[in-house]
Amino acid sequence: MRRVVITGLGLVTPLGADVETAWANLLSSKSGAGPITRFDASDQKCRIACEVKPKDHEYGFDPDKRVDHKVQRQVDPFIVYGIDAAGQALEDAGLTEMDEATRLRAGVSIGSGIGGLPGIEIESVNLHERGPGRVSPHFVHGRLINLISGQVSIKYGLMGPNHAVVTACSTGAHSIGDAARMIKDDDADIMLAGGAESTVNPLGVAGFAQARALNMSMNDRPTEASRPYDKDRDGFVMGEGAGVVVLEEYEHAKARGAKIYAEVVGYGLSGDAYHVTAPHPEGKGAENAMRMALRKAGMEPGDIDYINAHGTSTMADTIELAAAKRVFGDDLSGASMSSTKSAIGHLLGGAGAVESIFCILALRDQIVPPTLNLDNPDEGTEGVDLVPHVAKKRQVRAVLNNSFGFGGTNASLVMKAI
Amino acid sequence: MSETADRVKKIVVEHLGVEADKVTEDASFIDDLGADSLDIVELVMAFEEEFGVEIPDDAAEKITTVKDAITYIDEHKG
Repeated sequence: MRRVVITGLGLVTPLGADVETAWANLLSSKSGAGPITRFDASDQKCRIACEVKPKDHEYGFDPDKRVDHKVQRQVDPFIVYGIDAAGQALEDAGLTEMDEATRLRAGVSIGSGIGGLPGIEIESVNLHERGPGRVSPHFVHGRLINLISGQVSIKYGLMGPNHAVVTACSTGAHSIGDAARMIKDDDADIMLAGGAESTVNPLGVAGFAQARALNMSMNDRPTEASRPYDKDRDGFVMGEGAGVVVLEEYEHAKARGAKIYAEVVGYGLSGDAYHVTAPHPEGKGAENAMRMALRKAGMEPGDIDYINAHGTSTMADTIELAAAKRVFGDDLSGASMSSTKSAIGHLLGGAGAVESIFCILALRDQIVPPTLNLDNPDEGTEGVDLVPHVAKKRQVRAVLNNSFGFGGTNASLVMKAI
Repeated sequence: MSETADRVKKIVVEHLGVEADKVTEDASFIDDLGADSLDIVELVMAFEEEFGVEIPDDAAEKITTVKDAITYIDEHKG
């Protein structure tokens, strides 16, 4: 059977626009949250977000590093983030220069939950105010979800599968799981996989606020607003950014002497069949996804040392926790489970990929990142190590990442050291 | 250099992300400046905006160099 390993990582996050900076800031309990600066949010119910910081910031993002000026002008920010994270991952894997035969077997599957909402908003207003003749000729292909995959393929000459997952907030995890299967199924030897999002725009923030999904009670305390499992949690804080990994067939990676971070050993998917935004009250879908991922990995719950929870800082946190308790039983007390959304916010379609990268780094460094703001753990959290406030050194042999999305879609990934 | 030429070149540099010294009057948008057909649609829109002229599609198709653009604009601006 073909095995799939991870040989490259790329991150653009509110805590840093490269893997090591974001990871270091995460481990030192920094928060990426603040007042919205991208637009005037004074009339919004939610006025805070975890924005990717501008170039001149201590850990800001410089789009000029890897994305052509012309492309930057034509596409939405989620595509710019995705191209950059993909470039980082290829550089990390030592795969920026591949011969044609290798590129024929190298593909891209980088998705997004929503896609180019800021551009859709701007061009809609433009159409309304100035007419159809003023709509940008780059409007469509600058907003489409599969255009990270398209742009990356063109930039690096990757001629293998070109795909994009769209499963709301589980996009990033599904992307990695599906792309790993493409390698297993011999469609490719190398896949760039992940997710990106950027909807910190008036329509995006208003839409999630109207759906009562965002925190709207802590506009004056942005760094405290994302507080998974805490009694005072009151909705998620929107994040933005991208996470991309290089997936590679094990023998292929070994033959070229690549650095191998981890192996993708289990992938579970399920549907809640319940409600468009609310999770199943008993967490059936989450439970099924976790069980399937463990079964595919051929592992017992007790083999997992760290769970990166979906944990969005909503009422759903304790539903996921209850599902984990049913899957893991007593073994959950031996694992650590944290939500890094407490620090970087909810990256929506990017979340599952970014958080999988944090899982991989936890494996590498034998340390688990914290759940910030967990001052008063809610009922149902007893007996679970949710890694409150500070990172924790511990043994990490295998990790599980959960990602769930609107529509009742669930994905779980299991990765382990090789 | 005419004022029109200055403003046209500025738009081309901004939209195509090319070095200013490459934007000579003889430069072809596609052959010399790396534009594709959609970039030209966008450039024409930017020229219309900047100079308050209307450039119909059949005229736009004939604008292939920087000089073509400058000439058209000089002949048609109010």
